[in-house]
Amino acid sequence: MFKKILIANRGEIACRVIKTARKMGIATVAIYSDADRQALHVKLADEKVHIGPPPANQSYIVIDKVMQAIKDSGAEAVHPGYGFLSENAKFAEALEVAGVAFVGPPKGAIESMGDKITSKKIAQEANVSTVPGYMGLIEDADEAVKISTEIGYPVMIKASAGGGGKGMRIAWNDEEAREGFQSSKNEAASSFGDDRIFIEKFVTQPRHIEIQVLADSHGNCIYLGERECSIQRRNQKVVEEAPSPFLDEATRKAMGEQACALAKAVGYTSAGTVEFIVDGEKNFFFLEMNTRLQVEHPVTELITGVDLVEQMIRVANGEALSITQDDVKLNGWAIENRLYAEDPYRNFLPSIGRLTRYRPPEEVVAASHVVRNDTGVYEGGEISMYYDPMIAKLCTWAPTRGAAIEAMRVALDRFEVEGIGHNLPFLAAVMDHSKFVSGDMTTAFIAEEYPDGFEGVTLAGADLRKVAAACAAMHRVSEIRRTRVSGRMDNHERKVGQDWHVSLQGQAFAVKIDADPEGSTVTFEDQTALRVSGDWTPGDQLADMTVDGAPLVLKVGKVTAGFRVRTRGADLKVHVRSPRQAELAAKMPEKVPPDTSKMLLCPMPGLVVKVDVGVGDEVQEGQALCTIEAMKMENILRAERKGVVTKINAGAGDSLAVDEVIMEFE
Amino acid sequence: MKDILNELEGRRSAARLGGGQKRIDSQHGRGKLTARERVELLLDAGSFEEFDMFVTHRCTEFGMENQKPAGDGVVTGWGTINGRMVYVFSQDFTVLGGSVSETHAKKICKIMDMAVENGAPVIGINDSGGARIQEGVDSLAGYGEVFQRNIQASGVVPQISVIMGPCAGGAVYSPAMTDFIFMVKDSSYMFVTGPDVVKTVTNEHVTAEELGGAGTHTKKSSVADAAFENDVEALAEVRRLVDFLPLNNRAKPPKRPFFDDPARIETSLDTLVPDNPNQPYDMKELILKIADEGDFYEIQEDFAKNIISGFIRLEGQTVGVVANQPMVLAGVLDIDSARKAARFVRFCDCFDIPILTMVDVPGFLPGTSQEYGGVIKHGAKLLFAYGEATVPKVTVITRKAYGGAYVVMASKHLRADFNYAWPTAEVAVMGAKGATEIIHRADLDDPKKIAQHTKDYEDRFANPFVASERGFIDEVIMPHSTRKRVARAFASLRNKQTQMPWKKHDNIPL
Repeated sequence: MFKKILIANRGEIACRVIKTARKMGIATVAIYSDADRQALHVKLADEKVHIGPPPANQSYIVIDKVMQAIKDSGAEAVHPGYGFLSENAKFAEALEVAGVAFVGPPKGAIESMGDKITSKKIAQEANVSTVPGYMGLIEDADEAVKISTEIGYPVMIKASAGGGGKGMRIAWNDEEAREGFQSSKNEAASSFGDDRIFIEKFVTQPRHIEIQVLADSHGNCIYLGERECSIQRRNQKVVEEAPSPFLDEATRKAMGEQACALAKAVGYTSAGTVEFIVDGEKNFFFLEMNTRLQVEHPVTELITGVDLVEQMIRVANGEALSITQDDVKLNGWAIENRLYAEDPYRNFLPSIGRLTRYRPPEEVVAASHVVRNDTGVYEGGEISMYYDPMIAKLCTWAPTRGAAIEAMRVALDRFEVEGIGHNLPFLAAVMDHSKFVSGDMTTAFIAEEYPDGFEGVTLAGADLRKVAAACAAMHRVSEIRRTRVSGRMDNHERKVGQDWHVSLQGQAFAVKIDADPEGSTVTFEDQTALRVSGDWTPGDQLADMTVDGAPLVLKVGKVTAGFRVRTRGADLKVHVRSPRQAELAAKMPEKVPPDTSKMLLCPMPGLVVKVDVGVGDEVQEGQALCTIEAMKMENILRAERKGVVTKINAGAGDSLAVDEVIMEFE
Repeated sequence: MKDILNELEGRRSAARLGGGQKRIDSQHGRGKLTARERVELLLDAGSFEEFDMFVTHRCTEFGMENQKPAGDGVVTGWGTINGRMVYVFSQDFTVLGGSVSETHAKKICKIMDMAVENGAPVIGINDSGGARIQEGVDSLAGYGEVFQRNIQASGVVPQISVIMGPCAGGAVYSPAMTDFIFMVKDSSYMFVTGPDVVKTVTNEHVTAEELGGAGTHTKKSSVADAAFENDVEALAEVRRLVDFLPLNNRAKPPKRPFFDDPARIETSLDTLVPDNPNQPYDMKELILKIADEGDFYEIQEDFAKNIISGFIRLEGQTVGVVANQPMVLAGVLDIDSARKAARFVRFCDCFDIPILTMVDVPGFLPGTSQEYGGVIKHGAKLLFAYGEATVPKVTVITRKAYGGAYVVMASKHLRADFNYAWPTAEVAVMGAKGATEIIHRADLDDPKKIAQHTKDYEDRFANPFVASERGFIDEVIMPHSTRKRVARAFASLRNKQTQMPWKKHDNIPL
């Protein structure tokens, strides 16, 4: 076995590989850029080699620099992770020349699968199902109809030079095919000056399902079931699971066997993934093969018990696979949620900065469930702008899909991330979405279910009551502590009452609390009662409560005279008041937040470098209004629409907070 | 006897109704609570003991003899906040517009005298149209009596003003002399002269809100210490502040049970200070991570944000925090930040509240606007305040401590008890670049030499060790153990006693 391995990557995947290497007794070498001096993968590795400035094209993907690091450290093998150099045939070749083992497939396989046309051709030759279509040029509408009939409706008529939905038509019958051909051709001619048209099968209700294969250099190839990755946002996977809730055993076997056939056809070794698109009738079509370890590999590991990284290293070491196809048993259900440093409330804008708080849920391995978190960051670490915004992969496993989802909900609630915007609330929303829960999703899930973006979660009645009950109990504990302050008048202490009024999410509940040493019974006006227990004390930012026998995990923060509570994707301001306080609070005017559509708000904390317009100026959509320097980067803020500047509140040199009003428009 | 009881009940009901239901409704209509409702929210339920409910004015001019509402426009008395005694007055806008008469003022003076004698804070809720003009000089005399008591109570008991309606003309000077002023957004304003007079005299067109609203006074003038959305929130936050304050200048700051390990380690603080010395970081993160339960009561949050002031607790006991904020103007000291921090430090010293100072200061802000504005004397206020403060003082230098600003920020030279530095601290006369350009002026044309000189200067001074060798830094501590070290430092200072030489009072450069 290798004595030392270099990981040509960063972030969570580098940490992931280091973990397995350590388990196998192999020393590890991390490479790092200037931006990653303090990164977790550097801290975890046995050795580290600096390879240049932050941008990846000056460090992590510069083959010469990585080769030098290999030479300097004396590593015998290289694991490329995913991304960066993982599917770079030149890198594989350079390693070959240097006599260093590549923990991945042969360069020939990388090359042939790296090209869309070639890979499709090879797949067809290996009898792998591909999307039926006619790649040649189509002369006229009659031919279009003939070809469409042959392929079978529905079909997609596409401009060869097309993009962005232009020159694209879907046809469900001859009539539409005829019309679609003509209009696509016209649109293509006017938009791209190239009216070549081709036709392929339109896959309805498409799901993204992929097969994990593992092959050695002794001719063995097995598949380890599938992963469903239909929940994507702009082709970026967000939630994955294994197995797929959609496949049956026969389809799984057919897909698995075709995947292996393809792997064999290209002489594949190591771990690889064959991606398919599957339609509503369980017809599947080859998309592409990823010749590397996938981001979402943990879900396969969780249901098969196979450590894919270990297998990759063994295969790279020339060993034969120790497991056969018959040994692969799919056990239970695994779900992965990708935690991205992207703000879901700001249209998933990447968010960078310091992780002032980062407390993942505790990892658990039990018969009832597993919680696994693959991460590359730590509290106090920095999310930089140079790399992928993914900061962790939270996985849960349980014997059933329902239990795995439930474990994920609780794990997400326990995951504390502060300092940057992140998609935890969005993930929680997906985990509670009825279509996800029933397994009825397609690759259009996010686009269809959140067409206007994500605006947070509204808790349903029963859940809201639970949160209200927990908050009432927490508030009572806080108030009792306040009465224990020193300096009070003896015998005239404040008595904390039993009756409380909880307002949250625009609703109010009158409750009565009966407390005992084990917890509290919170009774609502309709005389229903919820039992609340938990060892929360004032100041705890995570309240691990049990309400009505079920876990309820709340992230607890402060707002003026109340709590900020986050749970299940909801972000609530909660006020618990005595009945009299509540009565008076009800007299307070509702303050309507100012209409910000006519204001330019500062999108990030930063320094005003210059203001380009003056009061009274008419500005056009897209016109530069102001330049803000943040994190040493100059950001030009532009007008979203036409308007007249009525007021300017900031000048060059001012330092602004997020959402500060820079200028106002008519 | 029964008649008397009936009369008592009748008089009480009438007094409680203040200016009558119609005016109460109108008060509510403006989003404001009544004087009594406010007292109710401020104090523990059922704890209010009222004085002078039946007091009436004695004016007979301009038909005033026909309007003698019981209480005369102000509700006064005492009660408790979480069991601790406070005195309170609450002006009743429904009664003659809450205007101040001779007797109205007397009621306020009575509870202020009692507060000083009995050692309990005074909380004033202001909602008054101003002087009762019908009374003429009697009303002004009333103001004067209140002012004098504000002065005498200053430094004896904490005084808190809550502005919940108009507060104009001479009336502003009573709150102005109290320790803290809170305002309610959109329904309170303070000014010496109102928009109409402003228009007549200076021809400026300005709304009451722009002239003296909560935004103006928390962001621009620094007259107010915080502003809240409505009466309910404001009063809840006053209760929260009172939990931090001692009852008087002979009492210790309050302590309460806490649920946070004083030895809590925060490893994330080891990466708080960025590698790049010019990159900012948020000092509030440090404050929140040091504080018990992350609880920080910030004072003047929206003004002079280059310095942070407020209260935290350590081991359950109140500590005042002053910290440079590198996120804003690199944490530089200027006129506004020096004034803001100086007043806060002096409050803490008055009331025996220990002071924790966090330092990352590049110096004083240069420029004509600063010099013309008198930064010399304003900066000296902070220096003076720190130097005269005899309460326990613990200082942590996180990064820059340059020049005169280093001395000002609770340095050893100003008799701080513990001066800690993080390994990232740089105690020097100025930054390496500036220093090199002065020392090696001759080499200015040779960038290579200058670079070497800069590096030499950095190696020598961009660290906490030179100051440690002199004993100006007591110890270099690891950022992750700051909470533990600071808490232990204050624990060791609980019986600190220092005497200043006798004087009538000092002469701080006002």
